[in-house]
Amino acid sequence: MSQIHVKTTINGDVTEFLCEAEDTLLDVLRDRLGMTGSKEGCGTGDCGACSVTVDGRLVCSCLMLGAEAEGREVATIEGMATGDQLHPLQQKFIEMAALQCGICTPGILVAAKSLLEKNPDPTEEEVRYWLAGNLCRCTGYDKIIRAVMETAADLRRAS
Amino acid sequence: MRYEAPQSIEAAIDLLATVDGAYVLAGGTDLLVKLRAEMLEPDLVVDIKRIAGMKDITPEDGGWRIGAAVSGAEMGEHAALAADWPGVVEAVGLIGSTQVQGRATLAGNLCNASPAADSVPAMVAANASVRIVGPNGTRDVPVVEVPAGPGKTTLAPGEFIASVFLPAKGAGASDAYLRFIPRTEMDIAVVGCGVSLALDGAGKVTSARVALGAVGPKVMLVDPAAEAILGRTLDDSALDDLAEACSAAASPIDDKRGTVDFRRHVAGVLARRVALIAATRAKGEPA
Repeated sequence: MSQIHVKTTINGDVTEFLCEAEDTLLDVLRDRLGMTGSKEGCGTGDCGACSVTVDGRLVCSCLMLGAEAEGREVATIEGMATGDQLHPLQQKFIEMAALQCGICTPGILVAAKSLLEKNPDPTEEEVRYWLAGNLCRCTGYDKIIRAVMETAADLRRAS
Repeated sequence: MRYEAPQSIEAAIDLLATVDGAYVLAGGTDLLVKLRAEMLEPDLVVDIKRIAGMKDITPEDGGWRIGAAVSGAEMGEHAALAADWPGVVEAVGLIGSTQVQGRATLAGNLCNASPAADSVPAMVAANASVRIVGPNGTRDVPVVEVPAGPGKTTLAPGEFIASVFLPAKGAGASDAYLRFIPRTEMDIAVVGCGVSLALDGAGKVTSARVALGAVGPKVMLVDPAAEAILGRTLDDSALDDLAEACSAAASPIDDKRGTVDFRRHVAGVLARRVALIAATRAKGEPA
């Protein structure tokens, strides 16, 4: 079976790739495009480590075929910083030690950024529910939640 | 495996008719899990998201037609739909995580045919129907007739659901859905209950539909439960009768998520609570 040619936009760059029909978007990102920031934790949509946005909508890239990305706008963790300038969420996660082993961190950052774009002033409960699909086995979540809340407060003050 | 993304329903039907072992892809939150687990090894996957209308929420006859590829998140963000059918919208919103909500669909939740599917009791209570398309034409079927048992539907080979229709909700009417889970989120219903009802000016129930999930091989519409509250105000006596009818109708299994006795009891408890929420909403009060 011949491979599928897909033209899409990833982090603002027009990108073309060839993939097999059964390749997930996560397979394509990691194995064909070398963008290994998105992680595979479970491969079944339970852990959120592969979170990306597609046309602005937060999804698990393991639950989407690469071929479905045709004509879409994909955003991954690789597009979060601007050059050497970390995104405020990334900076805050470092300052507040909101990570330990780091496997879940890219997915959590992508998910948290998506939340703050929709809701700049979330309650703690809203943050916890929004991130319920991002599993972390190290931190106990508290530092993550506090880092997201602090970043939201910083961004509100700055705007 | 081959992947196709046709632009019309007719083209999708043709593709599905030509290949044995073809599967429809909308949100993919069940299909891709099954592909990965090698529970399914399709020769063809037909992505229906490029077909016009599949991502649309459209007013129709006072109700709403929801394309088969509309995600839970899109439903939740649709204020007018959520105002008319808050129970259906809250039920679909309980499925999975934020990420899953970005893709998962009503039609997919129905076709996955889990007895514990959250949106299905809510759709049955709402008297929703689906528009099924296929090689032998188009037919509209009540949601309650779609599940045939765990993992099985009454759809014929080559058919798929193109849209879900939620009827006009009517005056003094509303709906609600609750499920019991041992966690606070990201879990599968041990029992689910959807109620849709209408009240007259005196608070008496003029029509009702009560549906239970996860207490049998498929969703059940519990007519005796609806009859138990018809013509009555929802006082303790009416709610007791409602709960009793639901517990009696439940025919659950024992499994790791709950015992038969527990599920029967919870079916009644949930029905009381859900009916009260639906009634509060029907009066135009916040619930």
